[in-house]
Amino acid sequence: MKKSSLWLGAFAALAVLLVVAQAKVLINAAGATFPYPIYGKWFEEFGKADPDAQINYQSVGSGGGIRMFTDGTVDFGASDMPMTDEQLGKFKSKPLHFPTVLGGIVPTYNIPGVSQDLKFTPEALAGIYLGNIKKWNDPELTKANPGVKLPDAEIVVVHRSDGSGTSFVFTDYLSKVSPEWKSKVGASTSVSWPGGIGGKGNEGVSGVVKQTPNSIGYVELIYALQNKMAYGFIRNAAGTYLKANLESVTEAAAAAAKAMPADFRVSITNPPGKKAYPIATFTWLLIPSKIEDQGKKKAIVAFLQWMLKDGQKYAESLGYAPLPKDVVAQEEKQITLIK
Amino acid sequence: MAISAAVSAPPPTGARALLLRLRNGDEVARLITLAFASIILAVTVGLVYQLWSTCALPRHKFGFGFLTSSEWNPVTGQFGAWPFIYGTVVTSVIALIVAVPLGLGAAIFLAELAPPRISSAFTFFIELLAAVPSVIYGLLAMFTLVPIMREYVEPFLQKTLGFLPIFQGTISGYGYLTAGVILAIMTLPFIISISREALLEVPTEQREAALALGATRWESTWQAVVPYARLGIFGSVFLGLARALGETMAVTMVIGNDHKVHESLFALGYTIAAIIANEFSEATADMHVQSLIFLGLVLFLLTIVINALARLLIIATTRRGSS
Repeated sequence: MKKSSLWLGAFAALAVLLVVAQAKVLINAAGATFPYPIYGKWFEEFGKADPDAQINYQSVGSGGGIRMFTDGTVDFGASDMPMTDEQLGKFKSKPLHFPTVLGGIVPTYNIPGVSQDLKFTPEALAGIYLGNIKKWNDPELTKANPGVKLPDAEIVVVHRSDGSGTSFVFTDYLSKVSPEWKSKVGASTSVSWPGGIGGKGNEGVSGVVKQTPNSIGYVELIYALQNKMAYGFIRNAAGTYLKANLESVTEAAAAAAKAMPADFRVSITNPPGKKAYPIATFTWLLIPSKIEDQGKKKAIVAFLQWMLKDGQKYAESLGYAPLPKDVVAQEEKQITLIK
Repeated sequence: MAISAAVSAPPPTGARALLLRLRNGDEVARLITLAFASIILAVTVGLVYQLWSTCALPRHKFGFGFLTSSEWNPVTGQFGAWPFIYGTVVTSVIALIVAVPLGLGAAIFLAELAPPRISSAFTFFIELLAAVPSVIYGLLAMFTLVPIMREYVEPFLQKTLGFLPIFQGTISGYGYLTAGVILAIMTLPFIISISREALLEVPTEQREAALALGATRWESTWQAVVPYARLGIFGSVFLGLARALGETMAVTMVIGNDHKVHESLFALGYTIAAIIANEFSEATADMHVQSLIFLGLVLFLLTIVINALARLLIIATTRRGSS
């Protein structure tokens, strides 16, 4: 594409300028917006630890990140969902996926007169989003919430209108727990929603939910925590009702780590394990398996090692769930595959 | 002196002539401004070419069916533009239905009836409104307009005009009607300020002639002044329409973003600009990305068609006026 070559030109010019001026290794990356706060912090801290390397990150979205990475306009990409086989097929040597941190997705709602944290079964969530459960006093909801007086009011469903990793994880979860969802809607960053109001971004969804009585939506855990929003419990695969927090999200990854595929392209929604929160996800860095430029290769490898060790310490204070130890060990092995 | 010499001498020919004309300066100015003007043409052609050449996949797969299909499903890779074309046109039409009478009325007041001090104070505020970024209007719509529509306007419409299918169905405060109303609010400043300018341009003789024939103040305004300023008023409406067609942020915040076509104006919908803004950054499949680019081309063509219709309307009314 013409646009990409223009970007390439601009970056090349910038890179040359900066390399000449500072003799630094300049690395460009682009991708997901969800982990941007921690990536920004990481690249800044890593720049202090290793003054010879500078990583610039553009949070253009997972899709944009994958496109720019495929076009070769950035040195590495970042995505909230693993690349598909079709996307990997465009590369001569397949890029590697490195999970960095974890995020969770929580149901948030606004029902006048209900102040307790509600409990949701997977069937209830799927039923609400499919439009099969239309009222708050549906037996599926009242059964799970004894003692809560749910109104005889129509449920206003809210979802993300912009394509997002959050929607991908949420619909991926619904596809796993509901065969009807899987056949009718499926999982993707944007889907053909059976109904409901679309809000743009986490702030859009939470804005609509706050504004609309008897509504339900889903937002990222980090967004709910930062904005001190109330959110509900979800029953996990083992049958326990869990409220999302950093531990229960990390636990989801630990549960999934036992069956981790070699390329880390794994969905960890609805994992086994009593303490595992069911709607969680990794977010990945997409690293080329062959890096011609030795300076860049050295810097990227150094960053990955730093990220798995020191970088993880920044996760919790920024609201992200850190990687479980098993996954860190598995990833350290994968670093050696970068040629 | 140089100029008079050039004029009086017999016209030189060939390269010497060009040199002379260049030295003259006028020719230089002409060439430079010509170059600037052709940039506009080049940008337009380049835009269409770029849109056309980067949407080959859906063009070949769906063809004209893309325009009429209502299925938009990134999971199965089925894409159709109809719900978005429909939403774009419907919201823009609502915007004009609300904004044109209001805007024209306000412009007439400011140009013809209001004392100059009030008129200039109002004009200042209207121009201020035109400069407000659309995301601010979106926030206003989401936090103020939506509850008003949900609690008062839509229930009222349903109660009084509920026999019409366009005013039936569930009320959520979001949807075509709310999007149309916020678009009306956003286009109003354009319509008012340009129409006011057009009305002020009308020669005083026009008014005096009407008054001399015994017309009242209002008759003179409505029958002599407004028709005279017709072209400028139309121009303001089409500028407003252009803004409404392409508006993205404010619309996506209140239209509900639903990939389907609904008869009711209370229902949720989508516009072309809104879906491009929403889905482009996270679209990964080639077919999805290119279908969004194809939608961009459709929006471009839609604005061209509507502009052409506008021209025809102007030509038709100008002829009727002069005969």
